[in-house]
Amino acid sequence: MRNLWLFISKYNAFFLFCLFFITSLTLLLNNNSYQRAWTSGVSGQFIGEVYERATFFKNYLHLEEVNTSLAQENARLKNELKSSFLIDSAEKHIVRDSIRKQQYIYIVARVVNNSIHQQNNYLIINRGSKHGIRKGMGVTGPDGIVGIVRDVTENFARVQSVLHSESRFSASVDGGIGSLVWDEGSLNSKIAILKDIPSHVKVKPNDPVTTSGYSLFPIGIQIGHVKRVGLKGGNSFLDIEVVLSTDFSSLQYVYVINNVLAREQQAIESQTQTP
Amino acid sequence: MSNIFILNLARFAILILIQVFLLQNVGYYNLSTPFLYILIILLLPIKIPHWLLFVSSFASGLIIDIFYDTLGLHATACTVMALARIVFISVTLQQEKYENNQTPSLGAMGFRWFFFYTATLTFFHHTVLFLFETFRFSDLLYTLLRTVSSSIFTIVLIFIYEYIFFHKKVR
Repeated sequence: MRNLWLFISKYNAFFLFCLFFITSLTLLLNNNSYQRAWTSGVSGQFIGEVYERATFFKNYLHLEEVNTSLAQENARLKNELKSSFLIDSAEKHIVRDSIRKQQYIYIVARVVNNSIHQQNNYLIINRGSKHGIRKGMGVTGPDGIVGIVRDVTENFARVQSVLHSESRFSASVDGGIGSLVWDEGSLNSKIAILKDIPSHVKVKPNDPVTTSGYSLFPIGIQIGHVKRVGLKGGNSFLDIEVVLSTDFSSLQYVYVINNVLAREQQAIESQTQTP
Repeated sequence: MSNIFILNLARFAILILIQVFLLQNVGYYNLSTPFLYILIILLLPIKIPHWLLFVSSFASGLIIDIFYDTLGLHATACTVMALARIVFISVTLQQEKYENNQTPSLGAMGFRWFFFYTATLTFFHHTVLFLFETFRFSDLLYTLLRTVSSSIFTIVLIFIYEYIFFHKKVR
């Protein structure tokens, strides 16, 4: 303390100068409009820049919190979106086939997950057992058939798509009936192979391929059109390449077809098979 | 001691009156304006305590400010000038040689020393004064011109004043 006092008294001129200089400068800056305007302008700008930089770095430190809060807000907003509400009233419309006395019920479903690049592709739709969907029902899209329901939970169903190595659909072209399989080797989501068409059937390119009505689907539902007709050597069956009309990559809404008589049909089919 | 105090007080009053009522109206446009009142600080006794020097400098600057309506401007310049005075005297003079109430006047100190003393301190005062008056560096050349021309004017006036009272005192 004594040393400090000695120090101050030794350089008293300087400390007195500081005291009076600051006092007079304060007077100057506070009482003269031009100098005050200049000071407030410059210091305001300077302080603004300092604060801007400080905030810039502070923002980095708070990035995690901000992210969390944004994610929470996103989740909250998404919860309010119309699409996140489960539409519980499954729309059904009933088609009465007056000739065959057969009843098909269409259930609208939205595709919530879709794959096209696997060897065995599946779709997930947002309709399940709650809406009357059962295993084995056919599924069509706006442009043609899509697949068969394989697994059903309460609110969702898994659809085995046409693009599946084990999918087989009964299809007819120009009166001949064969089975449609996917050429899993090519992994092309546009092309399928129509097998077992007898070679006497005259098939030309661009002929429409439709469902035969033998299986889950009503007769005459579009599948695609013939792209190329080939003849396998030594075989009496044609080998037809079919361009699928359904675009699986952009599939959004599908219809599940409830064949009311399917069970009866299966029952009699299994009776025939078992001796 | 009281004698020198009264003498300085009288000089203080006279110089401020001259500055405020006469020299405020004198000047070569805005370029050259004299500030004779700094002679108050110049002629304070050599051995004056530092605090008293700063107080009287600040006070004289403040009074001029009140009349010039530039509160703090002349006070700042005078404070800087007081520091310059302390440094100048400590560098150029051996203070032990002088009497307690010795005034650094033209007659006592000689022309050469007094001229450098006046010129240096006036320059310091005017530089600070004009710099803080314009308060920006963009017109630095003009400010410097004002400083130099005003300094010359002030120094001339100081010497006129000193010659008038110098002869008087000797008698």
